Amino acid sequence: MQHLKIDNLHVSIGDREILRGLNLDLPTGQVHAIMGPNGSGKSTLAKVIAGHPDYTVTSGDVLFDGESILEMEPDVRARKGIFLAFQYPSEIPGVTIANFLRAALQARLPEGEELEATEYYAKLYEKMDLLEMPRTFTSRAVNEGFSGGEKKRCEILQMAMLQPTFALLDETDSGLDIDALKIVSHGVNSLRGPATGMLVITHYQRLLNYIVPDVVHVMVNGRIVESGTKELALKLEAEGYDWANEPESEAVGA
Amino acid sequence: MSDAQTQLDIDREKGNFRYDVDYEFDAGTGLTEKTIDYICDVKDEPDWIRQFRKDALKKFLEKPMPTHWASKDLENIIFDNIRYYLSQGGQKPKKTWDEVPEDVKRTFERLGIPEQERKFLAGVEAQFDSEAAYSNIKEAVGKQGVIFMGSTDGLKEHPEIFRKWFGKVIPTGDNKFSALNSATFSGGSFIYVPPGVKVSHPLQAYFRINAENFGQFERTLIIADEGAEVTYMEGCTAPKFDTATLHSAVVELVALKGAKIQYITVQNWSNNVFNLVTKRGLAMEDAEVKWIDCNIGSRLTMKYPGVVMKGRGARGEVISIALAGDGQHQDTGAKMIHAADDTTSNIVSKSISVGTGRATYRGLVNVPRHLKGCKNNTECDALLINTNSRTDTYPAITVRGTGNACQHEASVSQVSEEQIFYMQQRGLTEAQAMSLSVNGFVNDLVRQFPMEYSVELKRLIDLEMEGSVG
Repeated sequence: MQHLKIDNLHVSIGDREILRGLNLDLPTGQVHAIMGPNGSGKSTLAKVIAGHPDYTVTSGDVLFDGESILEMEPDVRARKGIFLAFQYPSEIPGVTIANFLRAALQARLPEGEELEATEYYAKLYEKMDLLEMPRTFTSRAVNEGFSGGEKKRCEILQMAMLQPTFALLDETDSGLDIDALKIVSHGVNSLRGPATGMLVITHYQRLLNYIVPDVVHVMVNGRIVESGTKELALKLEAEGYDWANEPESEAVGA
Repeated sequence: MSDAQTQLDIDREKGNFRYDVDYEFDAGTGLTEKTIDYICDVKDEPDWIRQFRKDALKKFLEKPMPTHWASKDLENIIFDNIRYYLSQGGQKPKKTWDEVPEDVKRTFERLGIPEQERKFLAGVEAQFDSEAAYSNIKEAVGKQGVIFMGSTDGLKEHPEIFRKWFGKVIPTGDNKFSALNSATFSGGSFIYVPPGVKVSHPLQAYFRINAENFGQFERTLIIADEGAEVTYMEGCTAPKFDTATLHSAVVELVALKGAKIQYITVQNWSNNVFNLVTKRGLAMEDAEVKWIDCNIGSRLTMKYPGVVMKGRGARGEVISIALAGDGQHQDTGAKMIHAADDTTSNIVSKSISVGTGRATYRGLVNVPRHLKGCKNNTECDALLINTNSRTDTYPAITVRGTGNACQHEASVSQVSEEQIFYMQQRGLTEAQAMSLSVNGFVNDLVRQFPMEYSVELKRLIDLEMEGSVG
């Protein structure tokens, strides 16, 4: 079993502190959900783990199996096995999905080794079938002119192809209608297994009806304020986040 | 893929080598009538060419530098310090690689030219400084009546065709550098394709500058007779020198009724080369001239391939890709002169500016009032890689009269930090992410290149981007 451990993490963007001493331990084989109101720092957490350059870690650590990854470039982290399904994936004009994924997989091979094309396409088509994507999808440029649902499906396709050790899903449910949500969830569930740890970030409980988490964390003002089983998510759905809201000063002092 | 990679040297570093060569013929530095007499004597040229050159010299000296609109960097060319003619001896190119002198042959072998020739070319001419060291055409192509030789041989052996078109598409006084070329030209290709003959494989020329402080002035004239078709490709390299090198070619294409000429350039000049080239094609009735122009490297490139559509239904096309690396200026574009009814022109230009690189698009489209049924489409897209990169667009489109249509689209985009982060998050290094973005940007144009070139072009972009990020 491998662990992604967040240890007393403090993160700022400019002068503004967003994460204020966050702790989390995600082992492989489990799915954790993070829920919280807008602005609580959920997306920041995902981006910081992935190494987004806009954020400054002021103290604390992110450990991949005991090793700090904070000094690593985003691509090194990715090749180590960290995957972020973006809330707002970027467009890459002119680069087809097939070529993009191929380049991403090629980047994981030792120098001088070439990706085997037949195997690659076999795997790609298998994963696309799983996500109910038409074959013509591979020749479209990454995210260019995609609908919200197509973008999210494309993120999950990439996750399926890259087989990360730890996957961070940032608001994967936003912008999805119920049918798309089912397809995406089905894709995510099929990737669950003893070798993968998932962190599902969501604002709504709805997604957790389809991706049932082992642990639910509630995040408010840059910290985890409560952790529990999936019933916690139902409580949030019924009662909102107000009960978990602490006054700002206390949160900082804690 | 590894096979295709050996097809053409456009690795930015691969061309950066130089073997010492003894020059038997050297016109010295500076340009006077004496220089011209020297060139004419060495090349044993007819009198009419000597006179043509001397008239051109006068025009060159009279004409001012075009710095009122173009880069002031032109003023850094010191014409008196340039060597205008250098050859190793023997103005007659060899027909087999075995006959080519060893020191010149190893340069072309290192650039992979003989190998490419065996694989996919119908003919090759390899120019080393002022003269072609090698020129050969596949027997089957020669038997169809196709003429492929150097410009000097062309004007001596086929004056009836050569004189008819030489200097007619691009007159000597077209601009200062066309005058300079007309005065000092040496090397380049002369091609004639007889009526109805379709040359199935490309003919290729390779231009190599080896000497320092040198000016290479090749002159190419291609004539496709009625219904003929030909594709010509040129590649260029030079080693890096501390001093400036000048490359100033004139290329004239003539596509007679129903003929098609496709001219492909992949230049990979080192960063000290001033590349000031005049290229123009004449398209007669239902003929087509297409320039595919890929400009990478050089210190300053100024090149605006043009098509004069002189016959009804003629088509002109310029597809251009320019990559301006750190400290480079790619000033490129296209000229489309509509001179008959129902003529169609298309310009697609994509430029990439990296670091302090500057890409400029200059376009000229002219449709006079009395014509009808003319169409032009112009698209120019620029991609900026860094915040200090620069791009400018100067389109000049004059479409008069009714019943003519033109369409112009331009865009500037930048590779955003978010896009790079997204790609890095999938495991690509920053440089890999950059080059994939750039390749994506030019992808639709690269697909129009022959396979061998498109693979190399992608690889060249990769190499250029590798060097551009910390």
